[in-house]
Amino acid sequence: MAGINEYIILACILFGLGVIGFLTRRNALILFMSVELMLNSINLMLVTFSASRADMGGQVMVLFIFAVAAAEVAVGLAILICLFKHMKSVDINKFDLLKW
Amino acid sequence: MDKYIFLIPLFPLVGFLINGLFGKRLGKGVVSFIGCMTIAFSFLVALFIWKDLLSLEPEQRVFTQTLWEWMSVGGLKVDISFLIDPLSMLMILVVTGVGFLIHVYSTGYMYEDESYWRYFAYLNMFVFFMAMLVLGGNYLVMFVGWEGVGLASYLLIGFWYQEMDNAVAGKKAFVVNRIGDFGFVLGLFLMFWTFGSLSYQDVFPRALELFEHGGLSFNSPVLVAICLLLFVGATGKSAQIPLYVWLPDAMAGPTPVSALIHAATMVTAGVYMVARTNVLYTLAPTALLVVASIAAATAFFAATMGVLQNDIKKVLAYSTVSQLGYMFIGVGVTAYWAGIFHLMTHAFFKACLFLCSGSVIHAMGGDQDMRHMGGLAKKMPITYITMLVATLAIAGLPPFAGFFSKDEILGKAFSFAYYPVAGKIIWFIGTVGAGITAFYMFRLIFMTFHGEFRGTEEQRHHLHESPPTMTVPLIILATLSIVGGWLGIPEIIGRALGHVPNLVEGFLEPVFEHSHNILSAHAPHVHVSEAVEWTLMSTSVVVAIIGISLAYYIYMVHGKDLPQKLAEKYAFHYQVIYNKYYVDEIYEFLIVLPIYYLSVFFWKVVDAFFIDGIGVNGPAWLVKRLSSGARLVQNGYVQTYGTFMLIGLISILCFFIYR
Repeated sequence: MAGINEYIILACILFGLGVIGFLTRRNALILFMSVELMLNSINLMLVTFSASRADMGGQVMVLFIFAVAAAEVAVGLAILICLFKHMKSVDINKFDLLKW
Repeated sequence: MDKYIFLIPLFPLVGFLINGLFGKRLGKGVVSFIGCMTIAFSFLVALFIWKDLLSLEPEQRVFTQTLWEWMSVGGLKVDISFLIDPLSMLMILVVTGVGFLIHVYSTGYMYEDESYWRYFAYLNMFVFFMAMLVLGGNYLVMFVGWEGVGLASYLLIGFWYQEMDNAVAGKKAFVVNRIGDFGFVLGLFLMFWTFGSLSYQDVFPRALELFEHGGLSFNSPVLVAICLLLFVGATGKSAQIPLYVWLPDAMAGPTPVSALIHAATMVTAGVYMVARTNVLYTLAPTALLVVASIAAATAFFAATMGVLQNDIKKVLAYSTVSQLGYMFIGVGVTAYWAGIFHLMTHAFFKACLFLCSGSVIHAMGGDQDMRHMGGLAKKMPITYITMLVATLAIAGLPPFAGFFSKDEILGKAFSFAYYPVAGKIIWFIGTVGAGITAFYMFRLIFMTFHGEFRGTEEQRHHLHESPPTMTVPLIILATLSIVGGWLGIPEIIGRALGHVPNLVEGFLEPVFEHSHNILSAHAPHVHVSEAVEWTLMSTSVVVAIIGISLAYYIYMVHGKDLPQKLAEKYAFHYQVIYNKYYVDEIYEFLIVLPIYYLSVFFWKVVDAFFIDGIGVNGPAWLVKRLSSGARLVQNGYVQTYGTFMLIGLISILCFFIYR
């Protein structure tokens, strides 16, 4: 049986994977996936604490995060599609126009 | 009538504003009318006030009018106030009277000029400020007038500013004047510090009181300092050594300007100031000695410089400097009324001389060089006669005006109570100077009006007498040069003629009463017998006649060759005097150039390099360099931004964990 520590470690590892993916991958879609991974790791963390403390607050917040993440993905993908139409690529290294 | 004192400066001020703002559109007729009538009205008001003044007892002849409080700062309370006493009454009558004649003359002289309206605006502005100077009831109102006439002088000297030389002359006048004003202001500071006020009706009674009760000793250093500092201002304004250098250059302005400002009125402001301050000067004999000595030196040296000048106006300019020296000798030997009397007679004959020279210059088509003139007497009889009359006056021949005033000054110098020995030396220098004066003035007459015409054929055809607008003022001024002197007949002549009183001395007596009391109480009385007085007077006349005869001999009898031969024989002396002792060059080298290079240093190094370059542009350059580095952080890659966010997040967490 896994204690609370294992859940926390798992959430941290998932978060770390999400960060690494966000910072190193070139494909914009993979970036979005990494962001989702980070969000979901946080969800796991929240649910864990909610269960261990018998406090519903954590689970409620998770529902909020689901809704926000979904909205964010919708908007983000819409922007990405517009961007793709211009740049003909989803390589984020090509999106460097907003610079000095 | 004392409620209307303010009208005297108000009329010219209004004339200045109207002619200055609208003159261009009003046309010459209207401009002339406004310009002249304002001064005429001021003169009329002055006459009415004089009538009222005379109806009072001599001791009570003081009118004051306070317009409003100008400033009340700490212990200093100054009002815009006017004071009319015999001294300012005489001054304002001379200023507005002679001023009016010169305005009328100018309508003829300046007729062809396209900036006619600007000329009359400036001229009215000048009379406004001069009135403020003379009528002011305290030193600060006087100073406002003092500065204002300096401004008017600058604007009028550089009237034809399109010629660089004229603008430079105007600038020189103003700058030299300012140097004197620096001393004047320091004197005012010291005066306020000592007496707590700048008003005539406070300072002089307080000085007398302090003197009576021992607070202020005779010849106390503070008092001497105040008087000398004020005199520094006077050397600038009234062209004495060392600040006279602007006046000959000021001849670049129109001739009526030279007549009004640089002969009759503005330059006399210093003399008026010393006469006004007579109480303080009488209590500080050292200051008087300095004034009289510098004045004597100026009178003599300026006369020598006038001997060799060839420009008719320059001769008159040096003559003015010299005559101002005589006026300061007068006030310097405590003969205050005599200095003012000479101021009055000088206003008449010097204005006449300048206006006549203007008439000659007009006839010569603008040429001012006497070497091109000659024989003009037949072509311009009125100008000739009036100029001759004025010249006889300045040479000091009786019964013309200059004799009475100059002689009074020299006689009083001889009997200078405070410093009898110095007085006699000053008398001697003054008498020799008078001889030189007679010489160079008649040299002017002989070269200009007698002999044969030496100019071009074209000029010969152009020679003509001037129109009445110009000749009538000449006649009036010449008449005054004759009779003006009879207002101040010295006592011994008056007695000889049957109890003829000295009108000017009597009229001015209340103003100088306190000084005379101090003198009789504290100065060793110098008694000059009647015989000596007659001898002194005759000496002046003899010296003048010698001067005239010498001029006649050199320039009339041997006019064709003797001047040349003398110039060659005494070449060194000729060069030195002709170049005015190189004073301008010395000043240029010792004072002007160092200041010029200092200011170039301040401009190019301190201002352009340090303040602009490092102070202002420096930080801008720094910001630019730093920001051009800093902007590279924004490279447009989201992942870079994300990295920095992570680093920041971790730092904050560490901070909170390890706090």
